[in-house]
Parts: sequence; structure tokens; C-alpha cells
Amino acid sequence: MSERNQPMREALRMALREEMSRDERVFVMGLEVGQWQGTHRVTRGLLEEFGARRVRDTPISEMAIAGAAVGAAMAGLRPVAEIMTINFAFLALDAIVNHAAKIHYMFGGQFTVPLVIRAATGWGNQATATHSHTPEPIFAHFPGLFVGCPSNATDAKGMLKAAIRDENPVLFTEFIALYSKPAPVPDDPDFVLPIGKADIKRAGKDVTIVTFGRGVEWSLNAAEALAKDGVQCEVVDMRWLRPLDIATVIASFKKTNRCVVVEECLPMYSFGSEIAAQIQEKAFDYMDAPVKRVSAMDVPLPYAAEIELMALPNTQKVIDAVKEVL
Amino acid sequence: MATQTATLDREKLLDWYYQIVLIRHFENKCDELYREKRITGVYLHLYSGHEAVGVGALAALTLDDHVITAYRDHGIALARGMDPKVAMAEMMGKRTGSSGGKGGSMHLAQRDLNFWGGYAIVGGHLPLATGIALKVRYMEEDAVVLCFIGDGATNNGYFHEALNMSAVWDLPVVWLIENNLVGMGTRVEDSSGQPELSKRAIAYGMKNGGRIDGQNVIEVYHAVSDAVKYAKKRGPVLLEALTYRFRGHGVSDRSYDVRDDLVSELKVWQERDPILVLRSHLVEQFEGVESELEKRDQEAAAIVEAAVKFAEESPAPTFEDLIANVYVGRRYDE
Ligand SMILES: Cc1ncc(C[n+]2csc(CCOP(=O)(O)OP(=O)(O)O)c2C)c(N)n1
Repeated sequence: MSERNQPMREALRMALREEMSRDERVFVMGLEVGQWQGTHRVTRGLLEEFGARRVRDTPISEMAIAGAAVGAAMAGLRPVAEIMTINFAFLALDAIVNHAAKIHYMFGGQFTVPLVIRAATGWGNQATATHSHTPEPIFAHFPGLFVGCPSNATDAKGMLKAAIRDENPVLFTEFIALYSKPAPVPDDPDFVLPIGKADIKRAGKDVTIVTFGRGVEWSLNAAEALAKDGVQCEVVDMRWLRPLDIATVIASFKKTNRCVVVEECLPMYSFGSEIAAQIQEKAFDYMDAPVKRVSAMDVPLPYAAEIELMALPNTQKVIDAVKEVL
Repeated sequence: MATQTATLDREKLLDWYYQIVLIRHFENKCDELYREKRITGVYLHLYSGHEAVGVGALAALTLDDHVITAYRDHGIALARGMDPKVAMAEMMGKRTGSSGGKGGSMHLAQRDLNFWGGYAIVGGHLPLATGIALKVRYMEEDAVVLCFIGDGATNNGYFHEALNMSAVWDLPVVWLIENNLVGMGTRVEDSSGQPELSKRAIAYGMKNGGRIDGQNVIEVYHAVSDAVKYAKKRGPVLLEALTYRFRGHGVSDRSYDVRDDLVSELKVWQERDPILVLRSHLVEQFEGVESELEKRDQEAAAIVEAAVKFAEESPAPTFEDLIANVYVGRRYDE
């Protein structure tokens, strides 16, 4: 077994290929996943390798993509459905929220829904208001559905494989901004990272930065810069918004007594709100400063590049937030 | 009398010719500017090849009528009468753009033209058309809603629900499918159980306006005019115009650079370029019209150049613009 530097899209494709080879029931469907070779090129070559039975192009029918994935999963297949971008998952919200997340519970455990819905996520590049959502917290709101979001290629492979193998429905989001970024990816076909386990991406004793997805990059850059001033940040990559590994956050917080949450999401009713609430519930006596949140601004995203960037988090905003809690 | 009609028609047709070449120049310029990174972003879907559909259909409306479309909206905006300067400024995300630089290429709109906008969620604008038509009926106005629909957009729930409701309430909507044979990379035959899309009308008990030649502006004009009359009096009509996109799905789609089958298909359609179709009609009908055509063509090119200059010299939006319009009459953080 070895590992090789691969962009995240290649790591995700490796996970899909390995799982499709391992288990005949695993199949891929979605818009442009086959002949077009995948909108984000994650599924490139899969149609040629696995054929049209297992790599299925669909009409522009998100409701049916998600809903049919639920049905196929209930009946015994292991669908990996691709929603081109998370923005279009709103059209599939009912199938995801009312069916994928509820069916196991509502029928007293008779049925399982072992599906994965993959969707590209993230703001930026002037995609404009309707195409610029980072709405993971909306999906993580609902019990019964796991929500995973990798921050690099290594994690992407291990997490996607875990999602495909799990008996629960998983919404799996992939930051467009990370697709081309390389990281070492093990070729071990059993490299699986456990669902619901956070990862400390950098150890430190002064401030805990809790984040996920693209926020990890900003946080690590900020930690690097702050280290020069002698501030040691611990960067916790949650990896999963549900199940939420709050124990890892609390353990880190008890050491640092200070926390900044970094997310690309909107600030209200969000990832940051949840982490902040749980810290004050579970570690109130350890708090030396209020939990500070770095989120996107509470506005829809505009088209014009100049003002779009103003609304988004970045490394500098993380650095400033850390300085505020020190 | 006969000569008078001919003169009138000549002017009208020349005006359509102007609009079509204006759109083509505008789109070619957008493509060029994108490659030079003077227009930025990820989404820019050109209307080249479709021009006769937009121009012919909009010629059948008055300014009291209503227009709504998807993200491939530059041509519709211009044919409806949006100033190319304002459209180009929006492409460049400038304050002087139609949406103040906040909407971009996919979200052109102009309230005073009853142009209700381009929408980027496939199918999302269809129920809005139903709702606008509801207002027309509700207030007993004499107007129609023209809703452009991509072939790919006929396959999500928005299409079904919006068309059915318009039929149940006999609303004045002309549903006009621009069937360019493909949505991104998926062919109509691979995405629609019934690939003759106008036949969907039958399922809704709606008037089927049939399939028309979307490369021929005159045919589009007549078909949409008939549909408008019917829709105002009786209820919705579904029409399907066959057309072709000449530049790929969006400016980042390079499949025409690498796929020979697509290149041959494009060549066949380019023989039926809406500019050529109208030009040969005009040349046949009106002796000596060539110099007139040449003049319109140059005029259009100059207008587009002026639009680029205007857009580039316009100011970018500011922080105040970023936070404006989140709510009506209230700050974003109040
Ligand atoms: C609900 C939704 N799903 C997917 C997309 C991504 N997407 C943008 S355009 C497009 C193809 C639409 O094709 P069609 O309706 O035929 O219009 P055309 O591009 O041919 O004008 C797709 C899939 C989207 N914008 N919205």
C-alpha cells in the first residue's frame, strides 16, 4: 500500500471506483455524471469503466434523483446520487428531509435507506445569489441524516467510502474550491475514516478553532500566521456536521478556554451557533472569552466580484477573530 | 396599397434583422471579453443561434405584455429593448448594470419593460409566469405572459406544476420551449420520454401550438402571434421552437473543440443560421437591400462597442450596494 498526491476530485473518484468494484449494488446517478464526464469531473471515466447500468445520466429532475435514490436504497441497492451543486438540492429537499431522513424511524426500523447524496458546495466565483449557497447546517438540522464535508483529498476518500458503506443516509458535500487541491491519498481499498469523528488538523494550546470544509484552509493559514506572534491555535476539523463530535471540541476547549468557529455558512441558526451553544452548555466553567464566530455576512451573495469578496470569510478575518478572544 | 404594405414589412423585417445581428455581436463580444477576463465569473450562457426565437416571439408582444426566461437571457433582454449598455454593465458587475451588478449574466431584468428576468434555477421561473398571468386575469387586464423554457427544464416538477395550474385556471400564458436539442450535455431523447415536447400540452388539456422552426424569425412571429391571441382569450398555449446553440452550453463548455460529432452537427445548423435565413428572405424580397443590411450590421457592432466602453468606465458597486435590498425598507442587520 502506498499513497500519492492527488487532487480531491481524483480522491473522490478513487472512492467511487473502489466501492463500485467491491459492491455490485453501488451505482452512481445524476445530471451529467456519464457522457459529459461529470460537471466537476469527479465521475470522469466511470461510464466507460462500469457501463450505463451503473453510471446513470438523469434528466434535470432533482426531486426524482433524490427520491429514486431513497426508493432504490430501501429496496436494497446502494445509490450514490449526485446533485450537481447543493443549490439544486433545495428542489430535492422534501425527498431528503421527509423521506431519506425519516423512513427508518417512521416505519419502526423495518426499512433502511443506505444512500449517499453527493453535492458540490460553496460560495465564490460570482456564481450569484441562487448558486452560492453553503447550506450544510440546513441539512444537519434533521435527525436521521448524516452530513459530511471533507476539507482535503485524503479525508474525502476515507469519508466518502465510509458514507457508502454505512447503513444510514448521508448527505456528502464537496467544496468546489477544493476539487483541484492535492493531498496524499492512500491507495488502500479499505482506507475508511469513521463517520462522526473530528480531526485535529493542528495542535495548539491557546485558542481552539472549530471549522469544517473550506474553513480548514483559512484556519490553518491563520494559525500559521499567528504562530509567528507566539499564539498556538488548535484547529479542529469537524469533518461531519452530523453526527457531531462535540467531545473533541470540548476536550480541546478545556485546554485552551477560548474558541473561534469558522464557517463559510450564513451566521444565523448555523454551524457556529450550534458549536457556541454546546460549548457554553458543556464547558461554561472553562470559558475565558465569548465564543467568536467567523461566518459569511448575513446577505445573499451578489455577482460583482468586489462586493462578493467582502461578504466572505477569509484568513485575515480568522486572525482578527482569534486576536479578539485572546 | 400593396407597395405600402411591402414598405412597412421591409422596415419591420430590417428591424428584426438589426435586433438579431445586435444580439449576435453582443454575444460574440461577451465571449471575447470573457476570454480576456474583462467579464469574470463562472456562468455566461450565450444566445447565439437562438436569436430568431427571441426576436420573433417578442415582436408578437406589446409593452403591456410580460416576459420571463431562464439564464440564457441576454438575447431576450436585448430583444425586449434593454439598452445594450445597461446589459453589458451587468455582465461586468457594474453599478450601472440592470441589476446594479448584483445579478450578472444570468439575472438580467427590467421592471419598466415588463421583463421579469432571467432565472438560474432550471424551471424556477415557470411558476412565476403562472403567477404573473394570474395577476393579469385577476385584474382583468388585456395582456399575456410569454415564458421561455429550455428543453431540459421540461423535466422537473416546476414544469408540471406550473403548466397544469395555468391550464386549470385558463391563464394567459404562452409557454415557449426553446428546444436546442440538448441541456448541458444531455440530449432531449435521453432525458424526455416524449421528445416531441409540444405534445406535453395534451397531458394538461392545454392548447398545443405545435413545433415551429426556431431559425426562421417570421415563422416564430406568426406562431407566437396566434398563440398570444388564443392565450389572451382562452388560456395557455404550449409551443416548441426547434433551434440550436452555436457556442456550447456556457463559455466554459469546450466540447465543440474536441467532439467531431458536435462540430458536424453545428455545421448543419449553421447553414440555417437565423441571420442567413432572414438575410436570404430579405434579399429575395427586396431588391438592393444588401447595403441596408450592411448598414444595420455596422450600426449594431458600433452599439456593442459603445456598450463595452460604457460598462468599463462605469463604477463597481460598493459595500452599501452589498447590504442594500436584502429587505424592503429595512437594513440588513436591523
Ligand atoms: C434545478 C437545476 N438543476 C441543475 C442546474 C444546472 N444547469 C444549468 S443549465 C442546465 C441545462 C438546462 O438545459 P435547458 O433547459 O435545455 O436550457 P439550455 O441551456 O439548453 O438553454 C443545467 C442542468 C440548474 N441550474 N438548476
